[in-house]
Amino acid sequence: MNAPAPLVSVRDLRRVFDVSRPWLNRVLEGSEKQFLKAVDGVTFDIRKGETFALVGESGSGKSTVARMAVGLLPMSGGSVTIDGVAMGTGEDSRERRALRKRIQMIFQDPYASLNPRWKVERIIAEPIRAFGLAQGADLVARIGELLTLVGLHPDDRTKFPHEFSGGQRQRIAIARALAANAEFIVCDEPTSALDVSVQAQILNLMRDLQQRLGLTYLFISHNLAVVRHMADRIGVMYLGRLVEVSEGKRLFSAPRHPYTRMLLDAVPDLGMTGRQRIAVAGEIPNPINPPSGCTFHPRCPLASDRCKREAPQPLDGVACHAVEEGRSGR
Amino acid sequence: MPEPVVSVRNLKVEFAGRRGTLVAIDDVSFDIHRGEVLGVVGESGAGKSVTGSAIIGLIEPPGRIAGGQILLHGQRIDNLAPEEMRRLRGRKIAMIFQDPLTSLNPLFTVGEQLVETILTHLDLSPAEARAISLLGEVGIPAPDKRIDGYPHEFSGGMRQRVVIALALSAEPDFIVADEPTTALDVSVQAQIIALLKKLCRERGTAVMLVTHDMGVIAETADRVAVMYAGRVAEIGPVRDVVKHPLHPYARGLMGAIPTLESEADRLVQIPGSMPRLTNIPRGCAFNPRCDRLIDRCRQDRPDPIEPDPATAAREHLMAGHRVACHLYEPRKTGAKQ
Repeated sequence: MNAPAPLVSVRDLRRVFDVSRPWLNRVLEGSEKQFLKAVDGVTFDIRKGETFALVGESGSGKSTVARMAVGLLPMSGGSVTIDGVAMGTGEDSRERRALRKRIQMIFQDPYASLNPRWKVERIIAEPIRAFGLAQGADLVARIGELLTLVGLHPDDRTKFPHEFSGGQRQRIAIARALAANAEFIVCDEPTSALDVSVQAQILNLMRDLQQRLGLTYLFISHNLAVVRHMADRIGVMYLGRLVEVSEGKRLFSAPRHPYTRMLLDAVPDLGMTGRQRIAVAGEIPNPINPPSGCTFHPRCPLASDRCKREAPQPLDGVACHAVEEGRSGR
Repeated sequence: MPEPVVSVRNLKVEFAGRRGTLVAIDDVSFDIHRGEVLGVVGESGAGKSVTGSAIIGLIEPPGRIAGGQILLHGQRIDNLAPEEMRRLRGRKIAMIFQDPLTSLNPLFTVGEQLVETILTHLDLSPAEARAISLLGEVGIPAPDKRIDGYPHEFSGGMRQRVVIALALSAEPDFIVADEPTTALDVSVQAQIIALLKKLCRERGTAVMLVTHDMGVIAETADRVAVMYAGRVAEIGPVRDVVKHPLHPYARGLMGAIPTLESEADRLVQIPGSMPRLTNIPRGCAFNPRCDRLIDRCRQDRPDPIEPDPATAAREHLMAGHRVACHLYEPRKTGAKQ
């Protein structure tokens, strides 16, 4: 079987935020400008029709990657190429406008991502109108079709968002994402605001839609169990860097990076298997002033002098000196 | 069996509204013993937080306790005057809330807040020394220096440790922890859970742990109560309920949670969502979503009872497992406990 060509190529993606104090404070207090490297050289591919997940704790930069991938946030460096078209820098070409149509995003909070003063039909029709895909009776039929697709009733189109529960609202957000026949959907914590029984409904729906419509997902989540359930491949982020990229299940059966192992050990043991776990040490350092070398070294049980000096480069999916030198014990 | 630290008997909490009275908690009963962690789990609107607030006497009007009793060491505390309850709170009963930033006063150092709490309740002269030792006990490095820090100088996990130190400062018998780790990252959550568990075991404190996260419950609790629409659907030893849930809702809930072990391709899906309080169905509140519905479920409201012996034997259940479902009632006609 040939590996399909990547639909999305992210290369050395970077984003720096200026978090300096205001100019006058800096002059009076004599402080320097401060920068936060939210994303620091991230590289990965997403194949057509697969789910690629980014997982990490708060401040790891996973949402920033998602926002740059859809063009909601300008990048500070690197590139995002989707189906051969470079996103981001320079003039908007015709190709890029055509490409926009194929990219959509689903956000975490369905209470905030739907305009409360718009009826459902107007919310869902917005991308259809923006791209001039349908109007009149065709538009109404299309809205009904989309609502049915996500498990709502066509008559729901005349209601307002407040008339729906959280899970139903997330269904509306999904219908909106699909309205312009998007192929690549970036989902930023799509179920984090939902109860577990509703989360199960939405995750099942997202999988069904992927199979039916051949969608490609970039799936952002802090929940390892959800990621394991959804993703074909997974990237683990720590302080703006991708520390490990692995095929879905393998990340859980054979984690290689020490941070991945620590993260897996931190997940509560719902299966009550009594598996042996190492206690978690330390907390995420301040990203404005990250540790030298490998940013994980102050918490890492395998850290050596080299780790303090030199940032490891990704090699065969893992960025870790200990793994590279064969000191990781796995 | 020794007397429970906390005993909740047929608790009922109502909220008076413009369109009539809403029953948020209806006939909830459970005991918590010394050194025991009772996990209370449920989805939004199940009434788990309201139950916690009722025990610590923090139900604000228009809400009120409309029935039942809450006993602390056999003494009723639900009918105490606000002033008496205020003295009890902090001394005998402590609370840990979800967001550590809002439970600490940003204008005072953590040391001042700890010393104030200690002096209010215990009248110890070396209060500051005790505050430092408490901070050390909850795992804050260099407590003698950090004691002069303000809450904003602590990270989220460290702040929650301070809140735990505050809760423990007057050596309470009972702690209500309402979503104590929900605002924290998973690696920090693991640390806080381990800490809470260790301290309560050492001191014999009884804990009511309210959370929506079944994983946290499995990790921490000795017994668990699953709540649905203001009632206890199932209660029992944590291993029993997690591994062999009986109530169709509890079963669905367990299957709906993705885990690190499961091989299932699809998650179990419970259709619909929790009813609103204005619109709780007649009979069993879960009946419109239940896949094992029988006629009785639409009329009679089931009470939590021990399942019939045949089921208990088949599922290898331990004693003290109760479920509010008609499917598990003993076959004898109308044999209610």
